[in-house]
Amino acid sequence: MKDFPYTESKDTRSGFGAGLHELGKKNPNVVALCADLTGSLKMDAFKNEFPDRFFQVGIAEANMIGLAAGMTIGGKIPFTGTFANFSTGRVYDQIRQSVAYSGKNVKICASHAGLTLGEDGATHQILEDVGMMRMLPHMTVINPCDYNQTKAATIAIADYEGPVYLRFGRPVIPNFTPADQKFEVGKAVMLNEGTDVSIFATGHLVWKAILAGKLLEEKGINAEIINIHTIKPLDEEAILASVAKTRCVVSAEEHQLNGGLGDSIAQLLARKMPLPLEMVGVNDSFGESGTPDQLMEKYGLHEGAIVEAVERVTARK
Amino acid sequence: MNPFNKNTEELTNVAYQVRRDILRMVHAVNSGHPGGSLGCTELLVALYFKIMDHNPKFNMSGTDEDLFFLSNGHISAAWYSVLARAGYFDVKELGTFRKLNSRLQGHPATHEHLPGIRIASGSLGQGLSVATGAAQAKKLNQDDKLVYVLMGDGELDEGQIWEAAMYAPHHKVDNLIAFIDHNGQQIDGPTDAIMNLGSLRAKFEAFGWKVLETNGNNFAELVPTIEEAKSLTGQGQPIMVVMHTQMGYGIDFMMGSHKWHGVAPNDAQLQQALLQAMETLGDY
Repeated sequence: MKDFPYTESKDTRSGFGAGLHELGKKNPNVVALCADLTGSLKMDAFKNEFPDRFFQVGIAEANMIGLAAGMTIGGKIPFTGTFANFSTGRVYDQIRQSVAYSGKNVKICASHAGLTLGEDGATHQILEDVGMMRMLPHMTVINPCDYNQTKAATIAIADYEGPVYLRFGRPVIPNFTPADQKFEVGKAVMLNEGTDVSIFATGHLVWKAILAGKLLEEKGINAEIINIHTIKPLDEEAILASVAKTRCVVSAEEHQLNGGLGDSIAQLLARKMPLPLEMVGVNDSFGESGTPDQLMEKYGLHEGAIVEAVERVTARK
Repeated sequence: MNPFNKNTEELTNVAYQVRRDILRMVHAVNSGHPGGSLGCTELLVALYFKIMDHNPKFNMSGTDEDLFFLSNGHISAAWYSVLARAGYFDVKELGTFRKLNSRLQGHPATHEHLPGIRIASGSLGQGLSVATGAAQAKKLNQDDKLVYVLMGDGELDEGQIWEAAMYAPHHKVDNLIAFIDHNGQQIDGPTDAIMNLGSLRAKFEAFGWKVLETNGNNFAELVPTIEEAKSLTGQGQPIMVVMHTQMGYGIDFMMGSHKWHGVAPNDAQLQQALLQAMETLGDY
C-alpha cells in the first residue's frame, strides 16, 4: 500500500474559494454569484478583488440560476455559490430548463454537501444532489476529494464548455493530492494499484478509502483504490480495466445509495461486467444533527465500513 | 436600427399575417396556445419590425444587438411566426410546429438550434431572471444595447418573478425593459379569481421599477410607450411596461375569455377565424 503523506488538513470549500480567486485573475469572463453565503463558500477573495464581476443575489437561489444562465449569453462563465441543498433540490427546475436543456455554460458550485455539514441537521444535509444532477442530460458532475483537487477542479471547469455541478464540503480533511495536479474532467485517478478488490471512492470518502486500504493490507488484502472525482461522465474504461483484474468492487460516497456513484457503477457492471458489488453510502435515510465524525460513524461512512464491505464482496467472488 | 422600421399600417399588416399563422399552426396540430399568442401579437410585431436593433442572421451571443426573451413560452406560435416573418428562418418551417423532429418545439428551446431562441422557456417564472442576467452581461461587456422580456400576468404567481423583481432595481439593471401581458386570464379562470394580482403598478413601483402602462393591442399606443420606455433606460432603474391586452385579441369569438388559453380551433372555427385575419404576406 502506497503512502499518502500530507502536511496539512483543509476544507474543500476553501479549495473552491482559492480556485475561484485564481480564475478571477486569469479569465476576465469568469463571474461569480452568491446567495448570501459568501463567507461559507469562501468567495470573499474573488468578491473583494473583482467586485464588478461578483453578484450578491440575496437568499434567492432560483433567481441566481436564471441570472447565471442569462449571463452566459453574453459570453460570461458564471460560477454560482450556495449550499448543495439550495444548489440542487431547491432549483431543480431552473437548472433543468434554463441551464441543462438550454446547454448553458453555468458552473453550479455547491458546498456543505452531505452529512459532514454536521450540526445543522437533515434540513441542510443533502444526500440526493448527485442523483438529481447526474440524471439531467448534458450535466457534468464532479466531487473532488481534497483542497488541492477542489482548487484544480474549479480552475479546470472554466475551460470545460457546458453545465457543471461541482460538489464540495465543510470538514477539514487531509490535503494529500499534489498542489500542481492537472485536473482532467472525466478521468479517474489511480491512487493505489491492487489485485484483490477495486475500491471506487468519491469526495470525502476517498481519504477513508485510503485508511481502509491500510487496514486491509494488515489483513492481507491488496486493494486497488481509485478516486472517481467525476461521477458523470463516468470513466468507464478505468473502472472496467480495474474490475477485470480484481473481479469485485466496493463503492464509497457521502450520498444516498440511490442515484450516487455506486448506483452509476452498478449500472455499468450490470451492462458490461457483472461482478459482485458492495456499496458504502447512506441507505435511504435522512441525516440528523451531530458532529461530522459522529455522523459519519453512525451512518456507516468510514474506513471500518469500507473494510467490512470489502470482506463481504471478496467472499462473494 | 431596426432592420424593417415599419410604420403603423405596415405593422398592422404583419400582425394580420401573424394571427393567421398562429391560427393555422395550432389548428394543424390541434394543440398549442392561441389565446395568449393572439393577445401578444402587437408587442412581438412591434419589437421585431419597429423597435429592436436585431439581426435575423442569428448569433447566440447577440453582442451589440437588442435581445428579446419570452418567459411565457407557451405563446411560442406567435414568436415563431414573427421570427420567421422577420427572416430568422423560412416561413415554410412554421408547418412543422409541434410535430416530431421539428425545431419548433411546443415551447421554445435552444436544443434544436432554432435561430432567434436564446434559452428554453415554458416552465414559468424564469425569464425575468434570465433577461436580467443577460442585461448585466451586456453591461460587463460595455454593450449599450437593451434587453426585452415578456411575461404573462398569470406567470406572476411564480415566486421567482419576485426574486428577480427585487434584484433588478437593487443592482440598477437599467438596460432592461420588461413587459407583462396583463390580460387578466389564466388557465383556470380570471386572475382576479385564481390569484388576485392587485395593482401591478403599485407592486413594481414598490420594488423600485419605473412602471408604464399601455394598451398592448393598439400599435398607436403601444409603440410610443415602448419608445418612452427606451428613453427611460440608463437612469438607474429597470422599466416595467404593464400591457393591458385581451387574450385572443383580433378574433371575435376568442376574445376576453380564458377558454382559448390552450385550445385549438376546429375546422369550422378556423375558417371563421381566418376571415378576421387577412392573408397579407402570403401563407406558409
